[in-house]
Amino acid sequence: MNFKLKVWRQADHTSSGSFETYEANNVNANQSFMEVLDVVNDDLTKAGKEPIAFDHDCREGICGTCSCVINGEPHGPEDKVTSCQVYMRSFQDGETITVEPFRAKPFPILKDLVTDRSAFDKIIQAGGFISVNTGQAPDANALPIGRETAELAFDAAHCIGCGACVAACKNSSAMLFVSAKVTHLGLLPQGQPERNRRSLKMVEVMDAQGFGGCTNTGACEAVCPKGIPLEFISRLNRDYITASLMERPESE
Amino acid sequence: MKLDPKIPSGPLEKKWDSHRMNLKLVNPANKRKYKVIVVGSGLGGGAASASLAELGYNVKCFCFQDSPRRAHSIAAQGGINAAKNYQNDGDSIKRLFYDTIKGGDFRAREANVYRLAQVSINIIDQCAAQGVPFGREYGGLLANRSFGGSQVSRTFYSRGATGQQLLIGAYSALSRQIGLGKVQMFPRTEMLDLILVDGHAKGIVTRNLVTGKIETHMADAVILGTGGYGNVFYLSTYARGSNATAIWRAHKKGAGFANPCFTQIHPTCIPVSGDYQSKLTLMSESLRNDGRCWVPKAVGEKRAAHEIPETDRDYFLERMYPSYGNLAPRDIASRAAKRVCDEGRGVGPGGLGVYLDFAEAIQRLGEKTVRERYSNLFDMYHEITGENAYQQPMRIYPAIHYTMGGLWVDYNLMSNIPGLFVLGEANFSDHGANRLGASALMQGLADGYFVIPYTIGDYLANQKQKTPATDCPEAQAAEKAVREEIKQLLSINGTKTINEYHKELGKILWDHCGMARNKTGLTKAISLIQALREDFWKNVKVPGDSNNLNQSLEKAGRVADFLELGELLCRDALEREESCGCHLREEYQTEEGECQRNDEKFAHAAVWEYKGKNQIPVRHTEQLTYEEIHLTTRSYK
Ligand code: SF4
Ligand code: FES
Repeated sequence: MNFKLKVWRQADHTSSGSFETYEANNVNANQSFMEVLDVVNDDLTKAGKEPIAFDHDCREGICGTCSCVINGEPHGPEDKVTSCQVYMRSFQDGETITVEPFRAKPFPILKDLVTDRSAFDKIIQAGGFISVNTGQAPDANALPIGRETAELAFDAAHCIGCGACVAACKNSSAMLFVSAKVTHLGLLPQGQPERNRRSLKMVEVMDAQGFGGCTNTGACEAVCPKGIPLEFISRLNRDYITASLMERPESE
Repeated sequence: MKLDPKIPSGPLEKKWDSHRMNLKLVNPANKRKYKVIVVGSGLGGGAASASLAELGYNVKCFCFQDSPRRAHSIAAQGGINAAKNYQNDGDSIKRLFYDTIKGGDFRAREANVYRLAQVSINIIDQCAAQGVPFGREYGGLLANRSFGGSQVSRTFYSRGATGQQLLIGAYSALSRQIGLGKVQMFPRTEMLDLILVDGHAKGIVTRNLVTGKIETHMADAVILGTGGYGNVFYLSTYARGSNATAIWRAHKKGAGFANPCFTQIHPTCIPVSGDYQSKLTLMSESLRNDGRCWVPKAVGEKRAAHEIPETDRDYFLERMYPSYGNLAPRDIASRAAKRVCDEGRGVGPGGLGVYLDFAEAIQRLGEKTVRERYSNLFDMYHEITGENAYQQPMRIYPAIHYTMGGLWVDYNLMSNIPGLFVLGEANFSDHGANRLGASALMQGLADGYFVIPYTIGDYLANQKQKTPATDCPEAQAAEKAVREEIKQLLSINGTKTINEYHKELGKILWDHCGMARNKTGLTKAISLIQALREDFWKNVKVPGDSNNLNQSLEKAGRVADFLELGELLCRDALEREESCGCHLREEYQTEEGECQRNDEKFAHAAVWEYKGKNQIPVRHTEQLTYEEIHLTTRSYK
């Protein structure tokens, strides 16, 4: 298969960027999209040009590092996969494929396709945890948790923090990401003591980091590689309202 | 090189307790006066950073990824072992200890492994309290599955993403401490050298991967939790960024490198499909609970899997190892797969694959149950191969997956460099010549949560002098050397790409130092690698410059280190004239192709001392003495 790649190039955070077009020829249908970028990069290197910077690590859909907008869609055309799990059999031979970074104000572009998503870490630091020091835990079976609850908590905890939800949203809202964490910990008995505080703190930092509000378009759910459902946002909203009624965030 | 394992005296079951009583303590008010550097934010580094900060130490944690949540521990699928005996099937600390030592083919240190089995229990409690959503029974209690190399069911799991869930647990504990200001986090920052002051590890030189800025950080102790070095083989199940730079550069500063040739090949990975391939994907060992491995009986079989009747199939693991069957340990299962493929009975492109078949499980349990257990693995398989494993068997083949070797550490997890501690896969301590499934997560968390918080205190309590300044001569010299190496890499401007070198190195190692090794091949590999390394420094092309984000430069430094480490791997394999665990020397095997250990000559850890560029390293040994266990020939028949 042969392709043209129209790729966003940008030297650094402060420069303005533009598209460059590269050829990728003799591509195998079972080659992954990132492996095509590898080959293009080796060609660029040999031609004395700078290769395309792009984020990736595990290449198996679990670390959440890869983050390309492919043909206008965060993580590309296939359902429920990350950018690193896109295979060339998903495209038409001869196609021109557009590749851009995740675009959202809270995720500044560092270079080419690489963005800074540390705003997500800041949200977790604000409250995405259960406060238990090492060594303080009771026996694991002392606290039975129904199987359905545990399974649902897993579904929420499976979020990989990739940020596709933010990139897909016209408001750059991080509600799907935050709702996944609030749901995961809020479903479990261990998570109850900090439940109110957690949603208040996380939402506060989410707003401070410049993420927008949710207007229920569902664009996030459609691109989420881990199938985090919109329904979790309703849970977050409920938790947040209850928490706002129950207590006020402590001023620290 | 002085190698004192510092194994506490007394009976095995009492060692850890009495050792903890004898360790010096740092009083709570003094803890905040100490700084600790942690490199790596996975299960070892992340758990250590969080736990040390909780105790009051000031921690600086570094990772090359854009967030600590992306460390490669995240990719572990199947589970984590613990001697909880929740299933009442006869498990105990002693049994987990014994299984681990035996699984490692009697090449691990008894005392460390016993402690690992002891603290395994606390790990599960800790993780559950953090909110890790482990699999549960309908009654709400924790569920278990079986894993290779054991006859009890002691593996805890979160569907097929146990590593992710445990890492998110450690990451959330770490994030809490970052939020509290007790941990300063440095993502996208790579350690490029270790700084020694008066022979003690007191700092590191780093490069900010976004701005290119070179900096020094000083502390009272340095902890490395930077993972394994399997990417030396190029194709592996590791993340693309996983590298050996931190441990290798520490090695070049004097840290002993133990058993580098103990590298694990995982039997169930998706086979290679072409030379563009950048990595291999593992299919969790847990699949062998219900999947059956087979190949056609006949060489050159042309029929599709479903057309081959039962009588023409060879369920080779069940045939060769009737009592463990499909759950034979990894080294054994991998070699068996290689053997049937070498006989010409492999399936798929190039005959490099065997079937892993779920038809019988689906018939027995129903598709729904199989789906519940493994759906994310089946989905992953489908994404990569385009094949549906509910309808046709998976094709799998062994691939590099883990490294048991690593920096030598004593019972306190301190290397032979005082003040340098090494955790998790980066050290050599617990898995001997072969690691059992679901034990890597256990070790990473044991080291990070439950060992280092105790043992580091003993070292720090004896460190009275102030943290050295960042502009001390030792730090300046290290920083200068780092700058020079970067300059050199960028100035070669040759014609070959870094990937080309890396691939070539990987091929040499896979061919001569992979699943089966011999003297001629290893000797050849050493000279091939030397030549390749020489060529690299003359002819590599590293584009871009050093003062911004430059992924080629990052890779160049890592591959330069692999080109040195690869040679050491072969040297170690060459000198170990026996077969044990994952290290199969063709000269030392039984007629059936099983390992022939030589306990008289090789019941030791081989610890290598760096002697300078292109100098022959020196091999030291730590004799392994077994108080509790009798060395036997491992049998899974
Ligand atoms: S919710 Fe989905 S899209 Fe958003 S960060 Fe999590 S996994 Fe990515
Ligand atoms: S590279 Fe890890 S999810 Fe894509």
